[in-house]
Amino acid sequence: MSAEPIVPGLIAAPSEDADAEERRRLERTWEYARGLWGWVAEVDHQRIGMRYIVTALIFFALGGVEALMMRVQLAKPENGFLNPDLYNQVFTTHGTTMMFLFAVPVMLGLGVYLVPLMVGTRNLAFPRLNAYSYYVYLIGGLFLYAGFFLNAGPDAGWFSYVPLSGPAFSPGKRVDIWCQMVTFTEISSMAVAVNLITTAFKQRAPGMSLNRIPIFVWAMIVTSFMVIFAMPAVALASQMLPLDRLVDTHFFNPAEGGDALLWQHLFWFFGHPEVYIIFIPATGIVSTILAPFTRREVFGYLALILSLVATGFIGFGLWVHHMFATGLPQLGQSFFTAASIMIAVPSGIQMFCWIATLWGGKLRFRTPLLYVLGFIFTFMIGGLTGVMLAAVPLDLQVHDTFFVVAHFHYVLIGGAVFPLLGGLFYWFPKMTGRMPSETLGKLSFWLVFLGFQVTFFPQHILGLQGMPRRVYTYLPETGWGDLNMLSTVGAFILGLGALVFVINLVVSRVSGPLAGDDPWESDTLEWATPSPPPPYNFHPMPTVSHRAPLWHRSEDQPVITGLRSDRREFLMTGLLDAEPDHRQVSPGPTMMPFFLSLGTGITFIVGIFTPWALPIGAVPVAISLIGWFWPRGDQGHKILKEKS
Amino acid sequence: MIAAALLLPNWVGGHSALSSHGVQAARIESLWWLMFWVCSAVFVLVMVATGIAITRRTLPSGPPGPIPPQSRRRMTRTVAAAAAVTVLTLFVLLIASVSTGRAIASLSERGGPSIKVTGHQWWWEIEYDHPTPSRIVKTANEIHIPVGRAIKLELSSQDVIHSFWVPSLHGKRDLIPGHSNDIWIRADHPGVYRGQCGEFCGLQHAHMGLLVIAEPQDRFDAWYRSQLQTSALPMTPSQQHGRQLVESGPCALCHTIQGSQANGNLGPDLTHLASRRTIAAASLPNTRGNLGGWISDPQSIKPGNRMPPITMKSEDLQAMLDYLESLK
Repeated sequence: MSAEPIVPGLIAAPSEDADAEERRRLERTWEYARGLWGWVAEVDHQRIGMRYIVTALIFFALGGVEALMMRVQLAKPENGFLNPDLYNQVFTTHGTTMMFLFAVPVMLGLGVYLVPLMVGTRNLAFPRLNAYSYYVYLIGGLFLYAGFFLNAGPDAGWFSYVPLSGPAFSPGKRVDIWCQMVTFTEISSMAVAVNLITTAFKQRAPGMSLNRIPIFVWAMIVTSFMVIFAMPAVALASQMLPLDRLVDTHFFNPAEGGDALLWQHLFWFFGHPEVYIIFIPATGIVSTILAPFTRREVFGYLALILSLVATGFIGFGLWVHHMFATGLPQLGQSFFTAASIMIAVPSGIQMFCWIATLWGGKLRFRTPLLYVLGFIFTFMIGGLTGVMLAAVPLDLQVHDTFFVVAHFHYVLIGGAVFPLLGGLFYWFPKMTGRMPSETLGKLSFWLVFLGFQVTFFPQHILGLQGMPRRVYTYLPETGWGDLNMLSTVGAFILGLGALVFVINLVVSRVSGPLAGDDPWESDTLEWATPSPPPPYNFHPMPTVSHRAPLWHRSEDQPVITGLRSDRREFLMTGLLDAEPDHRQVSPGPTMMPFFLSLGTGITFIVGIFTPWALPIGAVPVAISLIGWFWPRGDQGHKILKEKS
Repeated sequence: MIAAALLLPNWVGGHSALSSHGVQAARIESLWWLMFWVCSAVFVLVMVATGIAITRRTLPSGPPGPIPPQSRRRMTRTVAAAAAVTVLTLFVLLIASVSTGRAIASLSERGGPSIKVTGHQWWWEIEYDHPTPSRIVKTANEIHIPVGRAIKLELSSQDVIHSFWVPSLHGKRDLIPGHSNDIWIRADHPGVYRGQCGEFCGLQHAHMGLLVIAEPQDRFDAWYRSQLQTSALPMTPSQQHGRQLVESGPCALCHTIQGSQANGNLGPDLTHLASRRTIAAASLPNTRGNLGGWISDPQSIKPGNRMPPITMKSEDLQAMLDYLESLK
């Protein structure tokens, strides 16, 4: 590898003409596909990452509207705004949307956008798989909402416990739609996870050894491994249930030797790690935001990484704490109590490291930092109520009450959505090239933060007072009316804050001041390239010699040369120390992922009506896979890099 | 302040985890307050530390970079100490939780009535089991127990998963088809304690309540004896007409009235309907007006429930109500 002494991201001084020519060639090679078909055929990680984020935010808005509908219904006792059938569809769709169509995809989408930029490469490892993941996710989401708007929205809860969701008690196709939507999103998530892990392990800029990987990328690695181990459980369950419903298998039917609890084990073996699949990327965002706004490297890199990994492992040992009321043996319950309490340790260590970073830092109170501070306040409460819920006796009282509703909204909104909003604000200049408005940003923060507390804090008390979850109404004599009204008022303040946030992004996208490469003076590689980044991400390709590369630019930082610019090439590097290994060709735009996603869609959607969907769907799937793998000259070949 | 907020609201008489009237709920309540104070202290400490961190005077702005080595060492020690305290605190809470768990699981007593609770969409079938069939009592949505006695409830479900939950007495226990579960409860004060289904069970999960009525042993015995009787005989012509309507109409397909020809078993046993405080699974007070409304149009009160609307002439309805109200 020849090394020219230049700073990553800056044009090499000696030969500006040659460099401009090189950029033009890169531009041509990596240019975004044009036209409608080109839009569909796109395989660029920035484009697809943005689609993920925007789509997930639209689902977030839909889920938010459903939440407001529920809050209106519950504002007073015996209210008639929603009938029970509609209420059940709304709360099921709300939970399903937020978990499967918003929280996980938005975090993975952020990873799709950021991981290649943060590790200094040109695209994800499997660009076509990436496009496929997005389309499968989109079809799943559209399918759910098509059902919802046709009065076939699922109504058995986002957890769809059998036998309620079984053939005897949920006739019709509502639950089948839920199942296949879950399958769609699981396939999509697993494909993204594989993509992110490969990219983060094999495509890092030379010099980015394991102990120099940005914390956000570490968070995405841990999350991706959790996805790979957790999702198969629910993907299996979400096929067994339609089988029970369609072809009379009896996996979950106690009358025929099946078991209703089997579903709960399969579901929560996925469902609990799911919470950490959402939360861990958020902690990565928090660590990322803290550095530029405290102007200090985050304290305790190793402790933070080990905490993430520990959380990833322990997260798989907690699922039974969703099932304490089912009457499992005492000893087993104690084990899961201990595990559930133990997971507070890595979270606590992370929290202490962040506070230490704030302590040593020179703070700039911009909107992203406000969201991080709001996160610390809110997540502390959610984490502590989580410790309470780990205690079996207490859980038996507040399980399936509004106390739990309050708890997990503190964890998921406070712990994941606050960092996400801060992160979107922080990366907005990189994604669009324009700065968001700080005034609107702060306004949205305070509305969201205060609205959130007013909405969800009273629900702790309601739960202790005995108000169960998932009820479409309650009797006046229970005395739950006042706090419910307060909660509803808060929900509208929260919704207003979210609206201001969106308005800010939309307006700034059009008319915000230009951002420049690195408006926040950040430390990670994505800020070493123009905003928005060119389709080839970097030229020249950067190398790294420090954990905070942009804060330690040296005059003689080597760059990578020798990658061809007349076809899509990037550098593969070693797992541990990211030493250069070989060049790899990246595929260009193609329709095959889209066709394959249609084939997948046909299989699953027809599959709720007839088992013949499998042979029917196999035809388009096979055709698109043949197209996908059809040899195309030297595009698919590895060319070994000659030693220099 | 948070404590005040938790204490202030008007507690529902006997339907709250924080107004315990049974030994188990009392133990859970003490565990709650332990957890509450420990967690509040942790929260306050962390917030104070964060507050100091973000307000303390810092050096003038310079180039960004690593934390200086001497403060790094101090921070490492502090974070390690904080982590150690965290582990210790969590350990204490774990022990408190496990010992409470053992204590509430150890409640049992011989010789009390054995009560079977069966969950249905959306009501509770209650059966006082007895080796002698004639001493079996069936009722619905209302469990009478003697004060101070540990009572075993055998829980099962015929349709979907429900969860038995009377917050003032104990936590939840699920009723799962294909699994047998039981729960021991003991009320230490006489009173009426409201409970509600704790697991989402479909359209009318919100209206699946029940009452536990704890009374002194003699009053319980008296209640039990009265429930052993077959249903009251109709005394007036109107009651006789009402009974005839019940026996010959659709009511008898689903409901049983001991001593009459109504012996359906899909809905609640009505033998002593008039002795119960509520109808529609603790959703409405058992008054003549409510009962009449329920019979004529149950679907507007609990949309989706299994009882069809019964259309009949006004005087027939009055006769039926006369009869049902006589079923003490």
